[in-house]
Amino acid sequence: MVETGHFALVLAFALSLVQTIVPLFGARLNNQRLMAVGGPVAVTGFALTALSFVALASAYASSDFSVASVWENSHSLQPLIYKITGTWGNHEGSMLLWVLILTFFGALVAAFGSNLPATLRANVLAVQGAIGAAFFLFILATSNPFIRLNPAPIEGRDLNPILQDLGLAIHPPFLYLGYVGFSICFSFSVAALIEGRIDASWARWVRPWTLVAWMFLTGGIAMGSYWAYYELGWGGFWFWDPVENASFMPWLAGTALLHSAIVMEKRSALKIWTLLLAILTFSLSLLGTFLVRSGVLTSVHAFATDPTRGVFILCILTLFIGGSLALFALRASRLTAGGLFHPISREGALVLNNLFLTTATATVLVGTLYPLAVEAFSADKISVGAPFFNLTFGPLMVPLLVMVPFGPLLAWKRGDVFAVAQRLMVAFAAALLATLVTALFIDGASVFAALGVGLAVWLILGALTDLAVKSGFGNVAAGNVVTRMLGLPRSVFGTAFAHLGLGLTTLGIVGTLCFGTEKILSMHAGETVELSGHTLRFVGLYPAQGPNYSEDRGRFELIGVSGSAIGEISSAKRFYPVRQMTTTESGIRTMGLSQLYISLGDEGKDGSVVVRLWWKPLVTLIWGGGLVMMAGAAMSLMDRRLRVGAPSRRRKQASAVPSAGLP
Amino acid sequence: MTRKQKRLSVIAGGLAFLGAATGLTFYALGQKASYFYMPADLTTASVQPGQRIRLGGLVEKGTIQRGQGATVAFSVTDTHKSVKVTYTGILPDLFREEQGVITEGSFGPDGTFVADSVLAKHDERYMPKEVADGLKAKGVWQESKSE
Repeated sequence: MVETGHFALVLAFALSLVQTIVPLFGARLNNQRLMAVGGPVAVTGFALTALSFVALASAYASSDFSVASVWENSHSLQPLIYKITGTWGNHEGSMLLWVLILTFFGALVAAFGSNLPATLRANVLAVQGAIGAAFFLFILATSNPFIRLNPAPIEGRDLNPILQDLGLAIHPPFLYLGYVGFSICFSFSVAALIEGRIDASWARWVRPWTLVAWMFLTGGIAMGSYWAYYELGWGGFWFWDPVENASFMPWLAGTALLHSAIVMEKRSALKIWTLLLAILTFSLSLLGTFLVRSGVLTSVHAFATDPTRGVFILCILTLFIGGSLALFALRASRLTAGGLFHPISREGALVLNNLFLTTATATVLVGTLYPLAVEAFSADKISVGAPFFNLTFGPLMVPLLVMVPFGPLLAWKRGDVFAVAQRLMVAFAAALLATLVTALFIDGASVFAALGVGLAVWLILGALTDLAVKSGFGNVAAGNVVTRMLGLPRSVFGTAFAHLGLGLTTLGIVGTLCFGTEKILSMHAGETVELSGHTLRFVGLYPAQGPNYSEDRGRFELIGVSGSAIGEISSAKRFYPVRQMTTTESGIRTMGLSQLYISLGDEGKDGSVVVRLWWKPLVTLIWGGGLVMMAGAAMSLMDRRLRVGAPSRRRKQASAVPSAGLP
Repeated sequence: MTRKQKRLSVIAGGLAFLGAATGLTFYALGQKASYFYMPADLTTASVQPGQRIRLGGLVEKGTIQRGQGATVAFSVTDTHKSVKVTYTGILPDLFREEQGVITEGSFGPDGTFVADSVLAKHDERYMPKEVADGLKAKGVWQESKSE
């Protein structure tokens, strides 16, 4: 099975070369038969990569330690779920997952792209094939997961305990679906540049892919953040760690792309800019892959440091980013610029959104790369952390968030700010009220905290106002409002939900940062501690045994008003003997939208234990908002206009309603 | 305004915005980036009390003292010099004697380094990169030790 997987991987590499070369020449010679090769080859390539992935996963599941990667990252005593997720919990396996998703998206274009112009489809598949070829070669040359060991060891070296968590099942696949999903936008852009032609139907094709990628990237980042929050035991949800930034940059650029693609589709303006953004977004995804996989950064994600890998990915990076930007420089002038619009309009608002988002992306990029540059050119080693980003990213985000509710309410072409402001009066009044109430009635609330709460309320109510206005609330009879709301395009709901999610996340961040409390103390069994009105009693430390670890579980009782225990929270120190590694399992109790968080420290000589406690008000909204944003993207995807449905159904619809104007 | 003037004012506005963002970014880099030092570097570098830096090295053997409550004191060494560090909080799981560590904080007036965060290795097999590089440069680290 392992050799089958290895062989399938080599075949997939060969096919990716065919997928690159044949359709490209076909499109150049306008030869239908050569162009038609792309589709079946892309689908077969995906099938082979999937076979290869399944082969590796089954080697992991069956603890086949004759495979070097399994021996390095698995153990026979691990629960089956972690054996399987361990497949991508290491460098080699995660790269295989990367190409699996890449070929999956390629196959989707092949399967659903029959209504694309033949040359565009051929070129898109060719570019997709080229990216695939580079990464297949990278895997086979520097990170082969199928290398055997002889003689086979009896026992494996265990998966890094931090990764032995359900988070590993969700975070990397979602993140990669996001990262790699943008490759489709990239391929479409490069294909458009190769052809020297771009139109609104191009945007109609690119938008759903952007939405899909953005949706998964949002989920991947949110999941990663929650995972770090509960697994590392530091109680933080975002550290401005370079590895986090690596995923955040494509997200910011992708968000900008999502918005500029709307302008392009609706008004056929901003064509060249949208195309450039698509290239930049995937370039940032590649940069993220480089930063995380090359070992230039030390982090939990840098599974192994091997300089040849870094150099290889750097070559891929230079080839694709440099190549696409060069092509852009050569060809962009050929593309016709789009329509004009008034600065005060929906288009204008979306341009402003893009200006802020791309500038924010640039500051994150500078903050992430500057330490690497300083280290390369001088002996100094510096780190750029939260203080830098608070000072640069913060001032860029606040005005953007203030403007968000205006955008969807402005009309296309020429909007009326005053009319929009009137409609937002209720939301504004409520936000003001929230600010005042926070400032006056909540102890210890700073001016910033009060304004933060106001901003979040403004965003949330702004999003709801958008829905209310568009369904005629206040203008038509109550019964008709519901009918009209149900009749709204799904993309209107998508926008409202995405902005609502943004508001919820903002509220969660403000609540946690401004109203959270924290205590560090050393406790003996039986002692109680109070934190923000919650009383906790430390019951004691209890040893326990897991499948591949031993632990000391610290039990805490939550004491109610009556003085009796109303719940239990436990946090543990786990010891994994194979890797000689200790981890902290945090204890979390969710109360409403807030959480009580306990992290266990070292045991002192006198039997006391260092305990760190946090009260985190509204913290769950940070990730809940992410889920709502994902829901928004999903609703937008279901919009009839964008539906990437089966072509047969599309044709049926088109023949039934000839004037529907489908692409 | 003519169309040309309008376009120019939009472009000027955009450039002013970008200029302000660039200025802010470089100001912030100058103010907020924290430098990495090892104990022996501190004799030559001028680090003011209160200035945020990152101090890295090995946790010196036999120096870990658990004091009152959750405060811990230990020395960070690069085998040439060592610096006394105090920290209040939970030490990372992989914090041990003679292991690489990076602490972030600033010097107090008495010359003790007051750390507000302590980072150890993420994984048993690796050393924090800065510490490994620093020790290599000082000739007290051999590649073979990393396994």
